[in-house]
Amino acid sequence: MIDVSTTDYAFQRTDFDPDAHFAEPAVALPPPPLTLQEKLGLALVAVGILATLSALFSGPLNGTWGGIALSFGALGLGGIIAFHGRYAGNTPGIENDGIWFHSMLARGGLAWVAGLVMTALYIAIYFKPEWLGYDAKNGVVTGGLVEAVQPLATALNGGGSSEWFLYGVLYTLAVIVFGTRTAMKYRHVPYQLVRTCSVVFFQLGFAFLMPNILQKFQQPYYEFNGVWPLKSDYLWPSKVSSLVESPAALGTFMMFWGLVMTFAATPVLTYFFGKRWYCSWVCGCGGLAETLGDPWRQLSDKSTTAWKYERVVIHLVLVIILAVTAFLWVHYSFGLAGMDNVANITKWIYGLLIGAMFSGVAGVGFYPLLGSRFWCRFGCPMAAYLGILQRLFSRFRITTNGAQCMSCGNCNTYCEMGIDVQAYAQAGENIVRSSCVGCGVCSAVCPRGVLKLENGKTHTDRYDGAADPLGELMANLKQPLAPQKPVATELPAAGRRN
Amino acid sequence: MHLVILGNGITGATAALRARELDPDCRITLVSGESPFPFSRPALMYIHMGHMRFRETKLFEDRVWAEQRIDLVQDWATELDFKGRRVSLAKGEALEYDRLLLALGSKPNKFGWPGQDLGRVGGLYTLMDLERVYRATPVTKRVVVVGGGLIGIELAEMFHTHHVPVTLLVREDSYWSNVLPPEESAMVNRVIRDEGFDLRLGAELAEIHDDGTGNCGAVTTKDGERIECQFVGLTAGVSPNLDLVRESALETGRGILVDDGLETSIPGVFAAGDCAEIRRAEGERNLLQQVWYTGKAQGAVAAAGMVQAKGTYDPGIWFNSAKFLDLEYQTYGFFMPSMEGLESVYWEDPKGLRAVRIVHAGGAVKGFNFMGVRARHRVCERWLAEGASLEHVVSHLSEAAFDPEFSRGFAEAVFAHHSIGGTNR
Repeated sequence: MIDVSTTDYAFQRTDFDPDAHFAEPAVALPPPPLTLQEKLGLALVAVGILATLSALFSGPLNGTWGGIALSFGALGLGGIIAFHGRYAGNTPGIENDGIWFHSMLARGGLAWVAGLVMTALYIAIYFKPEWLGYDAKNGVVTGGLVEAVQPLATALNGGGSSEWFLYGVLYTLAVIVFGTRTAMKYRHVPYQLVRTCSVVFFQLGFAFLMPNILQKFQQPYYEFNGVWPLKSDYLWPSKVSSLVESPAALGTFMMFWGLVMTFAATPVLTYFFGKRWYCSWVCGCGGLAETLGDPWRQLSDKSTTAWKYERVVIHLVLVIILAVTAFLWVHYSFGLAGMDNVANITKWIYGLLIGAMFSGVAGVGFYPLLGSRFWCRFGCPMAAYLGILQRLFSRFRITTNGAQCMSCGNCNTYCEMGIDVQAYAQAGENIVRSSCVGCGVCSAVCPRGVLKLENGKTHTDRYDGAADPLGELMANLKQPLAPQKPVATELPAAGRRN
Repeated sequence: MHLVILGNGITGATAALRARELDPDCRITLVSGESPFPFSRPALMYIHMGHMRFRETKLFEDRVWAEQRIDLVQDWATELDFKGRRVSLAKGEALEYDRLLLALGSKPNKFGWPGQDLGRVGGLYTLMDLERVYRATPVTKRVVVVGGGLIGIELAEMFHTHHVPVTLLVREDSYWSNVLPPEESAMVNRVIRDEGFDLRLGAELAEIHDDGTGNCGAVTTKDGERIECQFVGLTAGVSPNLDLVRESALETGRGILVDDGLETSIPGVFAAGDCAEIRRAEGERNLLQQVWYTGKAQGAVAAAGMVQAKGTYDPGIWFNSAKFLDLEYQTYGFFMPSMEGLESVYWEDPKGLRAVRIVHAGGAVKGFNFMGVRARHRVCERWLAEGASLEHVVSHLSEAAFDPEFSRGFAEAVFAHHSIGGTNR
């Protein structure tokens, strides 16, 4: 007979809810004391914030190199120094202490403030450039932040600044500063270091410097790491014809580059390396998510409900962009009578709803509330395309290390794509999911060394049924939540998704 | 048929799901007073450290249990009636069963230390233990952790995260040295001290003192030193939890005695996981396995025995893994420093944070230790099953590498070390 009144059996109440009980931290986790280097960096950041606010209101020095140095320069340098100082003294290892107790990181008040500020910035850039000092109607710089980056714009592209140039500066700065944070935080894992350097390189070189410098030499604006259907207009008749008709030598090359990237490079690279070659190594959106977005990766929704929406919505966007592109080409080729306005409105609506609202305002603005890959997971048609290739025809998988998994849940928690990694790992199965962007953080945070991102020798040895992936997929779609085949001594793969 | 499973740890949860797989029709009831939903015990530390919330430590989404038609009952079993096939519960109606699985887990060892039952004294095994740590954290100025094992270092890390100074009292002369060879153990000592923990080797707990409120206020070591502390972690190993069955007709030894199909001395009643002690032929030591994967494997075998045909539990090739702060550890094949007739090739990275040990008996490989590097389970297991030769393993070690891409390999370094006849033990 057990006496349940002793402390060991203290939770006799049948209404005890550990979820609610352990929702609050044991004690407010005091932040680690600032290092001298961190203080120095933060002081510079403070200077940068003041100078940026001054620039926003067209203060003194606005539009000079000195102004740039004091605002964006101080922000960037200070941020790099501060993040380096924050992690450099720590023993290399997982630094996730207190994340779920932190107002900024666990959807507290600070997260809402940050979300609002970032959303406001996106709304200003997309819809209200005049707030930032740019008269879009007349193409005139009137002051503010757009004027602040004017010297840099002139130096790079030989022309003037605009709200989009400002956007490029801020975006690249964020990738560099927060890239330092990502690199330092995960520096004990070489894969993370290399990958972070890669996204910084592609953002700075391919998406920012190169297109601007090309303009200086009278070449068309083109981001060589932008691929249709993410860069929706890159294969639209308007862009393609402007490239072909461009007097610049590079125009035709750019058109071919776009075709090759979408129809040749993407399937081939995805076959050998998985979707990650793009999503977490090259892509600009992915680059921002892995750097600025990294602190919020744990906020991705892991529920089955979210996954059901994800499957429908992301593929719907892919269908829409295919339909829009096909329609535009039919219209362009056959000159459908009276459809000019329809074509223009279609482009405008796609740009507004998918480009501006989904990928920008919600995708990045809501980082602190929805996690870092909301757009990549639910909306990006390129991710959908890459995902289909990865699921059906790729060598990439995350290998589960035998029976080592102890179901702790770290992999799930820190999966920015909301994949139930644990369900596979604890069943001893490899993870082959169309949505996996191969960031590698599940492997980094696993305390038992269970997960490894790998390119296999073939695409058929990744999981049972991989030799006939389409048949397997159809079977799964028909019965998506059925328990899977048992694995002798492992936890059954109940509730696994496909 | 009604299957009642007492305990929803990894063993009970695995058994319930496996039973459902094998028998779509039986009624399955999973009983635990601790938590309505099965969760991962090894993840308790991460809740306290803020890496995860409780919900993230659950084995499955809540919906799975309803989908699998497994009834979750949050209650404590208080008494077993084997004749009437009934389990009495603390709150609810008694449950009648056709088959019963006891997956009762284990309890932290208490060796009769004075003051061991005071407030703010305990191990780290259950949600109740986590709750105790939670409540104690804000008032703890120093924590003393007793016992140098895998749970002790976790408990120490939890308090350390909250900036509470840690003293570790380890009876042995080096950390976990009954399991780890001296070099690996020394590496763990270094890692612990580098993190700023006060690691006392060769130190034993004598007494825990009441602070006047029924809670601990200090400890005294056997050397007579008094250490002021507001929490004492008791992590000197665990023993099978026999609270429920001690006075019953079940045969028990160190644990609940079962045959190799995991059935107890009473037909229809099974036991598995930490609480089960598997009888072995005379002259052999009974098998008491208390790690995660053995709990899973035993749960699966017990489920088959209950709803289908009795199986045989095959312990397979031993493995285990752990993490000492940031230092990962994996081991394959069973060996201990006390065993005779074993030699080994041991390579350690000059920085002292990576090591590989290949244990062999006259050139036949018997086991591996990996510190700070990850190894591929299936490859190590295959080598051990085949009785691979030392020369083969050393020259094919890269097949066993499981570190993330771009990591510095260890296979070549081990090969070079072995070729030049580097220091071995």
